[in-house]
Amino acid sequence: MNMETSQAGMGNNTVMCLLTDPEGTNLGSAMYIPQTAGPLQLTQLVNRFLNNEEMLPYSFYVSDEELLVPVGTYLEKNQVSVEKVLTIVYQQQAVFRIRPVNRCSQTIAGHAEAVLCVSFSPDGKQLASGSGDTTVRLWDLYTETPLFTCKGHRNWVLSIAWSPDGKHLVSGSKSGEICCWNPKKGELDGNPLTGHKKWITGISWEPVHLSSPCRRFVTSSKDGDARIWDVTLKKTLICLSGHTLAVTCVKWGGDGIIYTGSQDCTIKMWETTQGKLIRELKGHGHWVNSLALSTEYVLRTGAFDHTGRQYPPNEEMKKALERYNQTKGDSPERLVSGSDDFTMFLWEPSVSKQPKKRLTGHQQLVNHVYFSPDGKWIASASFDRSVRLWNGVTGQFVTAFRGHVGPVYQVSWSADSRLLLSGSKDSTLKIWEIRTKTLKQDLPGHADEVFAVDWSPDGEKVVSGGKDKVLKLWKG
Amino acid sequence: MPQGDYIELHKKRHGRRLDYEERKRKKEARQVHKRSKQAQNSIGIKGKMIAKKNYAEKAQMKKTLKMHEESSSRRKADEDVQEGAVPAYLLDRENTTRAKVLSNTIKQKRKEKAGKWEVPLPKVRPVAEDEMFRVIRSGKRKTKQWKRMVTKATFVGPGFTRKPPKYERFIRPSGLRFTKAHVTHPELRCTFCLEIIGIKKNPNGPMYTSLGVMTRGTIIEVNVSELGLVTPAGKVVWGKYAQVTNNPENDGCINAVLLV
Repeated sequence: MNMETSQAGMGNNTVMCLLTDPEGTNLGSAMYIPQTAGPLQLTQLVNRFLNNEEMLPYSFYVSDEELLVPVGTYLEKNQVSVEKVLTIVYQQQAVFRIRPVNRCSQTIAGHAEAVLCVSFSPDGKQLASGSGDTTVRLWDLYTETPLFTCKGHRNWVLSIAWSPDGKHLVSGSKSGEICCWNPKKGELDGNPLTGHKKWITGISWEPVHLSSPCRRFVTSSKDGDARIWDVTLKKTLICLSGHTLAVTCVKWGGDGIIYTGSQDCTIKMWETTQGKLIRELKGHGHWVNSLALSTEYVLRTGAFDHTGRQYPPNEEMKKALERYNQTKGDSPERLVSGSDDFTMFLWEPSVSKQPKKRLTGHQQLVNHVYFSPDGKWIASASFDRSVRLWNGVTGQFVTAFRGHVGPVYQVSWSADSRLLLSGSKDSTLKIWEIRTKTLKQDLPGHADEVFAVDWSPDGEKVVSGGKDKVLKLWKG
Repeated sequence: MPQGDYIELHKKRHGRRLDYEERKRKKEARQVHKRSKQAQNSIGIKGKMIAKKNYAEKAQMKKTLKMHEESSSRRKADEDVQEGAVPAYLLDRENTTRAKVLSNTIKQKRKEKAGKWEVPLPKVRPVAEDEMFRVIRSGKRKTKQWKRMVTKATFVGPGFTRKPPKYERFIRPSGLRFTKAHVTHPELRCTFCLEIIGIKKNPNGPMYTSLGVMTRGTIIEVNVSELGLVTPAGKVVWGKYAQVTNNPENDGCINAVLLV
């Protein structure tokens, strides 16, 4: 190994380094590395040690700061003593790289009222949007034109969700009813499902690796309960009541637990076979606005990954489980909740009832929190016009992205976790780069507030919809 | 009333009149008008009794109608689709509408125009005229009472010359004339002794403003060239407004706070 020098003990042009992975396990023992070694050489080293077949990209961090220059320069700048062992944490980055979008390829009109929610299907081939004119519309991504108009709701369509295998689309409305659609034909599947008495605030599907084909999903509503439905039987399986005020968000975790956040300042964890309450996470001082799981992105996309391959049903479950375990790693699933009390909590719900860390810093309520697809970062959008970036494992604050002049409503990550997109009331979208922690691209063009944004899982397109009733597709 | 059954006997023997049915129908139809005329024209206790009876009948009819309208199927009434669709995270929040923001800016502009500035002392105790002025008797027999002497602190400009004493109505004693004020900067919390340039507004009235009377709450203009303030354009600021915070006639000095 020509990296290790034979000058053991000479501190002049070598540094004693210890490579560790994000969870803390050491890679080999402490070794001498020449001071001219930069990230490239360290990548080679790590690949060699891990016996990787192909060269995977890594990024290196020394005491939470990214190492972009050779080790020697870093030591000089920070005046770290050469005598001590330098701990370098390596993190694998995504193999593929997403191109940042920079132009609006199409402005598609069609909705008669404000667009309230948009969502790409997990394979990135279909797009659905719900609006205040009570319709759900499906759009063709190749020609960028409307495909189907799905009528069936009686009031505004507040949320939509694709099943992780891409075969079902479910939407919830302001009158409390849920409609299931066949995305290939654009038709209503059966009758609207009733049961909730007030409007639907969120929908979440059961992960594919727990049950394939996808049948169950959970919805949360203002009337204070969450219901688990079966899309083939078209009825409520279990009603999870317990919250005293509106349930604002619901997420189905990868370990089969449902998390619900509510306006009564608590988060409840439910088990899914009988609908019993497992735990209650208290701590917030005001409404819980949004929840995010560290494995959320991989649960949403199921068995689809950046290669875009389709799998037969029985293989889907295996592939989804493989992807889930890869993202999750050895650590337990993490949950972050954003609230009206201007703070967020990072929880490890399967480990303890007490929050792991309290993330403070925002000066107005936190509207939306989202883990990056690899689970390493947390992005939070707040009404104080900033987007904050936090470390996804420890909850440490990293940086605040300022640039918006109005409250930031929603954020979305690119599939490789290198770019972050935010949409705000000031009618612009902004793309932020994580590596340099600066603004990468400003996407103006909307005439009014931007209510919903989404980045397609294959990274090709970004869609945004808002109060000006049009859908904008952005491309790189 | 018939005392016997001769009417029925006649009916049985000879039957009814040929137009009996028609007449009966028309008479019954006229009853409605008759009843209404009766109800409208009766007076006194009779009228009250008729009205009470009618009201009771009306209430009963309404109840039975409502009962019939109730259906056994419980269907939620269709809510109208409202305008101004917002996503779920904005539903429970009362955002100020654009109209409200516009009306607020207009209100602010109006306030500025009216001269209602935001000052440290928005309200001060009004000073009565007899407290402000003392009557000076003049004339050979000291019967004329048209002269007044100001009893509060005043400011007269540097080029001030009295009017001929025979004609001056308001006397401003030189003992109560001040040229300098102790002005405090609210944020820096330090006080400077600055020259007064003029009186901008006395809250007790325009007359006092023109006389130059300084009471608590008066806005005065002071010379701040000592402080070395510069405008963003690069020009030196030499006059700023300050508001008087004490009662100068009691203290013998003028304390003011700078309006930044």
